[in-house]
Amino acid sequence: MWAIRGPLSRRQTWLFAALGLLTPLALWWMVSSGSAVDKVFLPGPVDVFNRLVSWFAEDDLMDDVWISVYRVGMGFLLSAVIALPLALLIGTFRPVQAMLEPLTDFIRYMPAVAFIPLVMLWVGIEESSKIAIIFIGTFFQMVLMMAEDIRRVPMAQIEAAQTMGADKGETLNLVIFQAAKPALLDTLRVTMGWAWTYLVVAELVAANSGLGYSILKAQRFLQTDKIFVGIILIGLIGLVMDQLFRLAHRKAFPWLYLR
Amino acid sequence: MSTKISIQHVGKVFGEGRRQVEALQDVSLDIADNEFVAFVGASGCGKSTLLRIIGGLEYHTAGDVFVDGQPIAGPGADRAMVFQHYSLYPWLTVMENIKFSRRLKHGRESITEADVEAASGRADALLALMGLTAAAGAWPNQLSGGMQQRVAIARALMGRPQILLMDEPFGALDAQTREVMHDLILHVHKLEKPTLAFVTHDVEEAIYLAHRVVLMAPRPGRIDTIYTVPLPERREQDMKHAPEFLALKKTLLERIRETSGMKTDHDMLDQLNLNTRST
Repeated sequence: MWAIRGPLSRRQTWLFAALGLLTPLALWWMVSSGSAVDKVFLPGPVDVFNRLVSWFAEDDLMDDVWISVYRVGMGFLLSAVIALPLALLIGTFRPVQAMLEPLTDFIRYMPAVAFIPLVMLWVGIEESSKIAIIFIGTFFQMVLMMAEDIRRVPMAQIEAAQTMGADKGETLNLVIFQAAKPALLDTLRVTMGWAWTYLVVAELVAANSGLGYSILKAQRFLQTDKIFVGIILIGLIGLVMDQLFRLAHRKAFPWLYLR
Repeated sequence: MSTKISIQHVGKVFGEGRRQVEALQDVSLDIADNEFVAFVGASGCGKSTLLRIIGGLEYHTAGDVFVDGQPIAGPGADRAMVFQHYSLYPWLTVMENIKFSRRLKHGRESITEADVEAASGRADALLALMGLTAAAGAWPNQLSGGMQQRVAIARALMGRPQILLMDEPFGALDAQTREVMHDLILHVHKLEKPTLAFVTHDVEEAIYLAHRVVLMAPRPGRIDTIYTVPLPERREQDMKHAPEFLALKKTLLERIRETSGMKTDHDMLDQLNLNTRST
């Protein structure tokens, strides 16, 4: 088991995974239940759970979840829809790459948070401004990563099609895009994770609902347990989405999972 | 026999400015219809570049290349290419890979029911020819390297190309598989009668398969000598031990060594020693 890169049985894998998850939980519970730490700074697991229940029962937790999912989803979708064709062109045609890549590289290092005042000025404080922040946070990374996915399509696959008589459109459609699909879906999965992390930033903009907004508001009222609930929920939803993407990957590209 | 491919004073320069490399210099060669020509030579001699120029995947910077008297302009279905690896489409089954060219406009032009039927008959025939019938529904990832190359060859043959270009197609296969592939490709050549240009680093392979072996030399890439293989049209594995086979093999190996700047193995070792001593 402890051999370098040694094998691990299914049962052992689950055991270690459980250990890795339960140990921090136990530590958290031990530290918080002692009298050394004030509950305002570190609420215990039980307090957090109670807060989750009361948020769900008395406040509108589900509304907050849905509005946040909607914002992230729209921002993410918008950037995916624009990024994909651009990436196909950047990864296929050198002039487009030379023209757009340096610019994109430059913009992606600008902090999305710093765009908030501009977004408020240009887009306003409606729903669209939150979507715009998530878009700014994900789009530029997404284009570059997708372009790289396209570039990684083996040249031999492209040239084989050309010597079978494929024209440019056919080569793009039937070979390059098809060959890059698995990598593109993986890029979507990774960038979806990033889009989630921009949620709190997006809901800094004049929001009055949503998970990120709730966390910010809870901070103002020193409701530390609510901050915990919000953070854990964002993490959990992100994890579920990640797993859904992985499942879709396995279903859509069975030839990659043969063994 | 009529000339199929005519290469006239072809040159190729890669890169620009001071980083320019002359990959080919004044290469002239006529390849006859239905001929099997193998290209060998030390690395950097431009044999793959020449093949890619015939395939239209690379443009020559000097001279002319004609196929059937017409100058080539880019890749086309009349000149199918088989690569060393990574050319199959892993998301398509073996059968779908072989029928790939049927998805292209150029293959669908003025198509009749009879054509479609003929095409699937041809795909079945190619599967059988390559011994792939049982693997028709499998994905390329499920096949061995040798099987994958059979699929690649069948796919290239599907559109009945007049010219088949092969760029070290068996370079990644083990010795036993390679021998089987040699007899298979000879069979294909006899049956389908394409003009075949074959690049390899394996001298024995070149002699066993080809009518003529073109030896190329590096820096700059050029044709050094053209050898006509003194073996009967019909090749058999035993011929690899025939004196004329071994003699040609020796000549070729020595000449490759000479053109690469090293006369003998001793020269190479001396060179190595010199290098280690000087550092």
